[in-house]
Amino acid sequence: MGSPGRRPGGGRVSPLLRARFRLNGVDREVDAPPMKRLLDVLREECGLTGTKEGCGEGECGACTVLLDGDPVCSCLVAFAQARDREVLTIEGLGGDHPLQRAFARWGGAQCGICTPGMIVAALALGPDPSLEDVRTALAGNLCRCTGYEAIYRAVRRAGGEAAAAPEPSAGAGT
Amino acid sequence: MTRAPQARASVGTNVTRRDGAAKAAGRARYIDDLDFPDMLHARTIRTTIPCGSIRAVRHDLAREGFVVVDHTHVPGRNVIRLIEDDQPCLAPGVVRHAAEPVLLIAHEDRERLWQAEVDIEYEPAEAILDYESSSITQTTIRIDKGDVDAALTGADVIVEGTYRTGHQEQLYIETNGIIAVPENGGVTIHGSMQCPYYIHRALGVLLDLPAERIRVVQAETGGGFGGKEEYPSMIAGHAALLALAAGRPVKLIYDREEDLEATTKRHPFTVRHRTGLTRDGELVAQDIDVLADAGAYVTLSPVVLSRGAIHAGGPYRCPNVRIAGRSVFTNTPPNGAFRGFGAPQTLFAVEVHMERIAEAMGLDSVDLRARNALRPGDETATGGTVGPDGSALQVLEEALGRTDYRRKRAEYRAAAARAGRGEARRGVGLALYFHGSGFTGGGEVKLASEAALETTESGVRILSSTVEIGQGTRTIHAQMVADALDIAYERVEVAQPDTAVVPNSGPTVASRTCMVVGGILRACAEEMRARLDGADPAEHFRRHGPLVVRRAYEAPPGLAWDEETYRGDAYGTYAWACDVAEVELDPDTWEARPLRLTAVCEIGKAIHPRLALGQIEGGTAQGLGYALLEEVVMRDGLMANAQLTNYIIPTTLDTPPIDAVILESPYAHGPWGAKGVGELPIDGPAPAIANALRHLGLDVREIPATPERLMEASAVGGVGAATVAPGAARELDPAAAGGEPAQGAGTPAREGGWGAPDGGPGVAA
Repeated sequence: MGSPGRRPGGGRVSPLLRARFRLNGVDREVDAPPMKRLLDVLREECGLTGTKEGCGEGECGACTVLLDGDPVCSCLVAFAQARDREVLTIEGLGGDHPLQRAFARWGGAQCGICTPGMIVAALALGPDPSLEDVRTALAGNLCRCTGYEAIYRAVRRAGGEAAAAPEPSAGAGT
Repeated sequence: MTRAPQARASVGTNVTRRDGAAKAAGRARYIDDLDFPDMLHARTIRTTIPCGSIRAVRHDLAREGFVVVDHTHVPGRNVIRLIEDDQPCLAPGVVRHAAEPVLLIAHEDRERLWQAEVDIEYEPAEAILDYESSSITQTTIRIDKGDVDAALTGADVIVEGTYRTGHQEQLYIETNGIIAVPENGGVTIHGSMQCPYYIHRALGVLLDLPAERIRVVQAETGGGFGGKEEYPSMIAGHAALLALAAGRPVKLIYDREEDLEATTKRHPFTVRHRTGLTRDGELVAQDIDVLADAGAYVTLSPVVLSRGAIHAGGPYRCPNVRIAGRSVFTNTPPNGAFRGFGAPQTLFAVEVHMERIAEAMGLDSVDLRARNALRPGDETATGGTVGPDGSALQVLEEALGRTDYRRKRAEYRAAAARAGRGEARRGVGLALYFHGSGFTGGGEVKLASEAALETTESGVRILSSTVEIGQGTRTIHAQMVADALDIAYERVEVAQPDTAVVPNSGPTVASRTCMVVGGILRACAEEMRARLDGADPAEHFRRHGPLVVRRAYEAPPGLAWDEETYRGDAYGTYAWACDVAEVELDPDTWEARPLRLTAVCEIGKAIHPRLALGQIEGGTAQGLGYALLEEVVMRDGLMANAQLTNYIIPTTLDTPPIDAVILESPYAHGPWGAKGVGELPIDGPAPAIANALRHLGLDVREIPATPERLMEASAVGGVGAATVAPGAARELDPAAAGGEPAQGAGTPAREGGWGAPDGGPGVAA
């Protein structure tokens, strides 16, 4: 059979692990099975549902979070591996981060299910990334709505770069 | 008609997308983000064989504290109501496909749920897995114009060809999911969906409940592309049965593997063309067979076949046309709606065929298209008339100019001729296409969709069952209402689709959200404006309470369609497009790498240009996946690559720069001139890419054009291609000379179906 998906294994027979980690800048202590997916711990134990599940096998990137600053698929990280480490989820950006504003404004979010993971993955990019940098950094994040063009526009404009790509129309914008 | 521009017009501008900020913040609540007190989790136990019957289902789950439901627990009729009542909600004993639902179980602990074991004993029967050899016809469609046989006899040249397209998975990134909550003596459904009222109707039949006891509420939906048109009715039925049995809320969320294995996909098609032309390239006859793999149940196949057949001749005028469409049953999971709805398959066929015609006759393929392209006033295959907004030639010209197509065509060919072994070769190809907006034929009249507007404390609220699934419904509807009422865009709210609150605006499908439902909303707003008589809606609300205006769809004048003969205006209007693909072939791996895709789309009016571009760019990338990457591998009637590891959709690195261009040729009966845009852009990339591969020398007539297929593809320009003798009727099919196998499109049909729906006498073979 294929992906583990939401078909958990092993979690129930294990005793709960009490572990501390830093979540969006705040210390948290959570009791959960050590092999429970970090994705589920974030969504269930921590109540942060901004991190999404798309495939459960590390292919789509919808569940991307930063673990000690590096983008990871939280469906492939066991809770025990987050112990004493720093986790950043979409909620940690507060909603008004330049990347969030740019995604909302430039059409980077259509259905929105890949958006949190996409934004978190883009966080790892330095300032003023080139188009090739953006393409490479987001290669592990699937989007089915945009064809990625609007995501590039959003990421590159968030970096403060006046992108070379022409605006679609003489629209008012906001 | 369109009013003069106003001071605060929002239509045509890039106003703030309604749901953008919440989605970017991670605050938007999708179905898996919702929880209810005492909620159980659910799982579907499915068949593992494609055909046969169920002898016994053994488990001990009820004693272990599970809620268990099978077909005997269905209070109403054990069917998923859609076009025909042939698909059971839970297999009653007969197995028509693998992954068919048999048993539903629920438990509060997801670990226990996935550890549960159920043993199903089967009596297997021989399955029909290959649609081209299936003789069980589901639907036939016939389009007839002129005298095809006489025209073929008189033609100077006849070119034949057979084209095949595979399954494609919608692959919305959010898998399907539903929560059912027992309440109010019935059930409330929350879920990821495109058509709240489809679910509402299906549950009434399944649960034998009156309409007012059923409520369906759309949650934020993470993509649909047609994949959440009909299947959510099945999932809602399952969740509702468990919730009613348990007396508790039940959450049923598919993981990716189950979603890929069990839910609907794009229909595989085999299309056979036989085309007659004059020696200088004028179309005189199109004889087209269209064969579709329906899978095991009817679902939406008749209408997919219908749209596919109507688009099968391409955007060309031809006095003599015969299109024979047929869908057949197989013992595979039913295929269903997917963006394009039959048109991507048949437009792939006709656009590759046009390229082959030009090649066989030694004509320039652009000239061939331009010569025959439908112009305003021309007659379509069904005898309808192309309106004054028809723009096939405009999109073609814009695409040629924008891509420097003719120069590249010559340059790449010369370079390919010089290229040594092991050197990458480039090709450039093009596809001209169109897509009918809204439901086919009399569909919109039959639907009689409604929408409403009500005044509120701050402005107005839109009441419509048309859902936001990423395409921008909330935003464009609010723009249109704001402008028609002459109030600020920010003062228009959009109610979440909830059958207890909003009228039935029809399904969110068929590129009808903007043109059709937008049109109804504009009529609501205009009526409200007249009734407000100069008063501000909020002020009116404070003084008089809510004012509600509800309107139904009104067909544009002059549209005529005969469902019996398939004659007349199949659509009120069409959107038109031309794609150009530039492709490089890796000489070692045989991978085709797209270098650039250009999509020039004429959509009437872009209500929100940035969102419209997003539709075009996204549809183009999805079409690229269809062309090159996305292969559903079926083994014993079940998807063998049901995971994202090996069902490959385009990533950032697979997707080349996309140049999306909007042209506007307003449709007289669309709001602000708007036509449909959602489906159009997925029709073009596959034939454009196949034609680019043809340009670099590979005879591609089947997609996806994977490296394996490209390696086996024969070289273009084989037997017969250069031997046309003008004046003599010649049949040109280079590959047929190479022994192409006979295709099912011509095999004798046996009308009927599997037999009785609710169990009945087993499987006809």
